[in-house]
Amino acid sequence: MKILVPVKRVVDYNIKVLVKSDGTGVETAGLKMSMNPFDEIAVEEAVRLREKGAATEVIAVSIGVQQAQDTLRTAMAMGADRSILVLSEESPEPLAVAKVLKALVEREKPDLVFLGKQAIDDDMNATGQMLAGLLGWGQGTFASKVELADGRTEVTREVDGGTETVSLALPAIVTADLRLNEPRYASLPNIMKAKKKPMETLQAADLGVDMARRLTTLSVAEPPARKAGEKVGSVAELVEKLRNEAKVI
Amino acid sequence: MTVLVLIETEDGQVRQASRSAIAAAGKLGEVHALVTGTEASAQAAADAAAKVPGVAKVRKVASDVLAHDLAEPLADVVVALADDYNHIVAASTASGKNVLPRVAALLDVQPIPDVVEIKAADTFVRPIYAGNALATVKSSDTKKVLTIRPTNFDPAAAEGGSAAIEAVVPNVTDTVSRFVSSETPQSDRPELESARVIVSGGRGLGSCENFHKILDPLADKLGAALGASRVAVDSGFAPNDCQVGQTGKVVAPELYIAVGISGAIQHLAGMKDSKVIVAINKDPDAPILQVADYALVGDLFEIVPELTNAI
Repeated sequence: MKILVPVKRVVDYNIKVLVKSDGTGVETAGLKMSMNPFDEIAVEEAVRLREKGAATEVIAVSIGVQQAQDTLRTAMAMGADRSILVLSEESPEPLAVAKVLKALVEREKPDLVFLGKQAIDDDMNATGQMLAGLLGWGQGTFASKVELADGRTEVTREVDGGTETVSLALPAIVTADLRLNEPRYASLPNIMKAKKKPMETLQAADLGVDMARRLTTLSVAEPPARKAGEKVGSVAELVEKLRNEAKVI
Repeated sequence: MTVLVLIETEDGQVRQASRSAIAAAGKLGEVHALVTGTEASAQAAADAAAKVPGVAKVRKVASDVLAHDLAEPLADVVVALADDYNHIVAASTASGKNVLPRVAALLDVQPIPDVVEIKAADTFVRPIYAGNALATVKSSDTKKVLTIRPTNFDPAAAEGGSAAIEAVVPNVTDTVSRFVSSETPQSDRPELESARVIVSGGRGLGSCENFHKILDPLADKLGAALGASRVAVDSGFAPNDCQVGQTGKVVAPELYIAVGISGAIQHLAGMKDSKVIVAINKDPDAPILQVADYALVGDLFEIVPELTNAI
């Protein structure tokens, strides 16, 4: 069984981005870039399935600029067997990404596609669901537990107010939520080994996919800042303020 | 312009988040509410949706396949109705986020998630980078598929309207997915996303036992929902569905009391639209104090019980 794992190169999650002064976007030049944290969880889950013998091959895919090869090397250092880089502009839209992935799915014929539930740059939370729609496959989004049995996968999902378990016929799409697992750190020997693993490079156009954006960003702005309030000296003072000034209790 | 809004119900009422979606959709055109479920549950949902002011028509689709809001059949139902609409809208709940992107893909549309402001029929504002920036985007798609962030749109009332209900013949019979089970712990506390007051705990509580020993009495007294930071959830102090933040729930109550929460960017993104924020923290330099209206620096294990007694 093959598993395809799309990974995205994003600004490292520990970095607070700043809006460009001309309001055209956020400043990303020179910032540390890393694998999208939810995608790391997806890679980890796929690699664990291969280590358990449930899967035979894990293929990492990234769609973006040339530097996304670093992200693919990370995925291979974590245990992916090989990778595919599809060159396009930076951070293409989920619809275009889903179309590229559909083309790759048709070529590679995986039984499962594991994705992160959302990328922490554009916060779209859409690619997995869209790929599932385009393929007509079942989708187990926001997964906190994944099991395989009898040609199906049982996915426990994080939903409002608790969890829900669904059973999906394979092939299927799963998107990873935070609690699915704790991704490993790549060891130095594995980082070295990953340099020798195969990486194929394609152009999005080679796959016949129109990458044109449907959304035009008119402006990007800082959210309204919240002013720091006052320090109160005692519980009595706090209660007095909440009661008479803020009038919320 | 006509807008189709996907409706979720709970205990025979239209969920507050869906009523926010109805209110948001009202800015775009005439609102039709889509309710789905089994024959009985869809009828109950239709009756509830018909009463929400602002709904012009309710479209009811009933089938056993639609019993559990599974994304696959639900998306097919929406797509079959899509010709009649310029906009398809849902609240950005777990269900909305699950279904609408699938709908969008089937319609060859790029969805617009988590809309916080509607500028025009094709122009929307949405947060990116965990709410550290707000992007205004214009869609060139003929149909717009969007989820709205419920805390940014005042919900329509639950009662007062009387829309007509139209039964639509379902176009789904079977699906690649099956519902197995759901686990929704029952609680007397209000739902996090619609609570007027939230008491939220973080790393400073130190353990699951302390989390509840310290916070439960205060939440009980205030009739508040319990929230938690990601660290508190990861450490097992509180269940995952309590998590407030960019990757958890986004809330905007009248009063948010952050106890032992330092205020990581991800957490602030989930609660900074609260009307009044109180921070109780021993660290005078904690980032949460930068957004708090009232900050009390000190030992939470002394302050919170004292506060509980004083209210």
